[in-house]
Amino acid sequence: MTSTRNLRFREALREAMIEEMERDSRVFLMGEEVGHYNGAYKVSEGMLDKFGPERVIDTPIAEGGFAGLGVGAAMAGLRPIIEFMTWNFSAVAFDQILNNAAKVRQMSGGQFTCPIVFRGPNASARQVGSQHSHAMEHFYAHVPGLKVVAPAFVSDAKALMKAAIADDNPVLVMESETLYSIKGDVPDDLPPLPLGLAHVPRVGTDVTLVAYSRMTHLALEAATALEKEGISAEVVDLRSLRPLDEETIVSSVKKTQRCVVVHEGWPYGGVGAEISDRVQRAAFDWLLAPVLRVTTRDVPMPYNAKLEQYCMPQLDRVVAACKRAVHRSG
Amino acid sequence: MDTEHLAKLYGQMHLIRRLEEEAARAYAMGKIGGFLHLYIGQEAVAVGACAALEQDDYVVTTYRDHGIAIAKGMSPGVMMAELYGKATGCSKGLGGSMHMFDARNNMLGGHGIVGGHIPLATGAAFASKYRKDGRVTLCFFGDGAVSIQGFHEGVSLAALWKLPIVFICENNEYSMGTPLSRTLSEEDVSKKAIGYGIAHDRFFANDVLEVEERLGQAIRRARSESLPTLVEVRTYRFRGHSMSDPGKYRTAAELEEHKKRDPLLTARAKLEALVDKARLDAIDADVEKEVEAAVKFADDSPEPDPSVLEPTTYDGPFAS
Repeated sequence: MTSTRNLRFREALREAMIEEMERDSRVFLMGEEVGHYNGAYKVSEGMLDKFGPERVIDTPIAEGGFAGLGVGAAMAGLRPIIEFMTWNFSAVAFDQILNNAAKVRQMSGGQFTCPIVFRGPNASARQVGSQHSHAMEHFYAHVPGLKVVAPAFVSDAKALMKAAIADDNPVLVMESETLYSIKGDVPDDLPPLPLGLAHVPRVGTDVTLVAYSRMTHLALEAATALEKEGISAEVVDLRSLRPLDEETIVSSVKKTQRCVVVHEGWPYGGVGAEISDRVQRAAFDWLLAPVLRVTTRDVPMPYNAKLEQYCMPQLDRVVAACKRAVHRSG
Repeated sequence: MDTEHLAKLYGQMHLIRRLEEEAARAYAMGKIGGFLHLYIGQEAVAVGACAALEQDDYVVTTYRDHGIAIAKGMSPGVMMAELYGKATGCSKGLGGSMHMFDARNNMLGGHGIVGGHIPLATGAAFASKYRKDGRVTLCFFGDGAVSIQGFHEGVSLAALWKLPIVFICENNEYSMGTPLSRTLSEEDVSKKAIGYGIAHDRFFANDVLEVEERLGQAIRRARSESLPTLVEVRTYRFRGHSMSDPGKYRTAAELEEHKKRDPLLTARAKLEALVDKARLDAIDADVEKEVEAAVKFADDSPEPDPSVLEPTTYDGPFAS
């Protein structure tokens, strides 16, 4: 029988990086505070001691510089893991990700690849204000040449991180500050999880809730609440945003005939809009209600605790959206 | 002086000059589209620099990249085909003028965003130090790039980690149409090295042999001591910033003054003193043959098929 261990989310990410660094000497970790400080969120705790300063590299505050350095090192044959202390700070490295990481393969006619992982916590934390609460996945999932993953569960975090490091394309791993301490069972012989596979952590019949990262947990909470009111919600946890597992989403929606997408970040043109488009095209004849989205409200994130909660997707808003979808037809 | 060596460098500079002239002609005929930034006037920089390199050293540059691609060893036909957007181009016609990539010669591109490629060059040098492969990276950029973040972060990290790289500012006096006096508070670009605590050098790039010698010192420092250098090479472009630039921001007299110090003619004059006319004519004739063959290759080559797009966007299955 396979043995499992109960790990925290951050430990699972760390194990994935350690295993890949042990497997492949070309893999290294670089970012602010990843070494001596043991990681701003302790994801890389102990890695400096294990691998030394040549492979666990503290940087100055220069995201554009070290993100670009990673791209160049990847083109020259290494496999960098670049940590952003938070994805918010990737905004100053956006040019490196958009114009270099995502493009060098195509611009060079396929002569160069860019096997690099960019990772860090994404979306809101608690009361960190508008500049530190961005859900950056929406910007990056837009870009051909990039892959974007956003695990919700501990074992998926490890399996996706391993697959991301082994991938020959730039992969962006969206973690979550508020998930780092959750625990989950991780099998000792966990294989890498191919990028682009969603899964269904809860089966239901009346409405499909599509979510990822922390919002998957909110969707599961909503499904439990809805059950008490006689509504059976199925939860699709995307795990990967690009590639997107359209098949799993669409087959769930064809069964439940209703779809509610839940994500952090603004509604305009986001991942939820993309999913709405695909669902209406692929399952138009099955739908009994419009596809609804529960997102962060369409304003910069406020500092005030109550207003922040007001802006973020909440249980009551998810439940209400599901009821609207269900009762429209019933 | 090594006559054969000078003859070789003169031939390369002449080849670059003639290819650029043909590219300008093809552009006027509508065979080349988009942006076209010519290297005419700056040839001594690329040729002198690459003469001081080993074959597997890395080179990264800006969008004014044709001359450096040729100096690093790209075939003229492959370069011209890329300008024509043909499938036989270095980047299969997907990159164009600004994106000359050549994996075989460790040319990591031609890049279109000013300064954005400088951290990338630092990354190539980081890879060399990480692997201890003994390679040096040359990073070329213009005077217009030294005000942007990418320059400062790229140089800062290379200095901090003592990476084997030479940052070469090709100061051609204009960032597009704005003279240096209106973009920089300090006209000596090489002084920026002082704040980063790295070696620096500054000289005019009229004599290709001097370029080779001076950059050679920086390259040796990178290779043997793993230390970066910032070198300001003062040069001048004889054509506009790109094909759409009539160059109204400078006087004809200024241009003519610079043309008197044309690095190609300087090299030719030196060579004239060393070899007979028949030898010079033979070099020039060989260049003409190469240029003619390159243009014919580009003309005769097929366009890329749409099927090239998805496999060049991702390695492996397309991610949508």
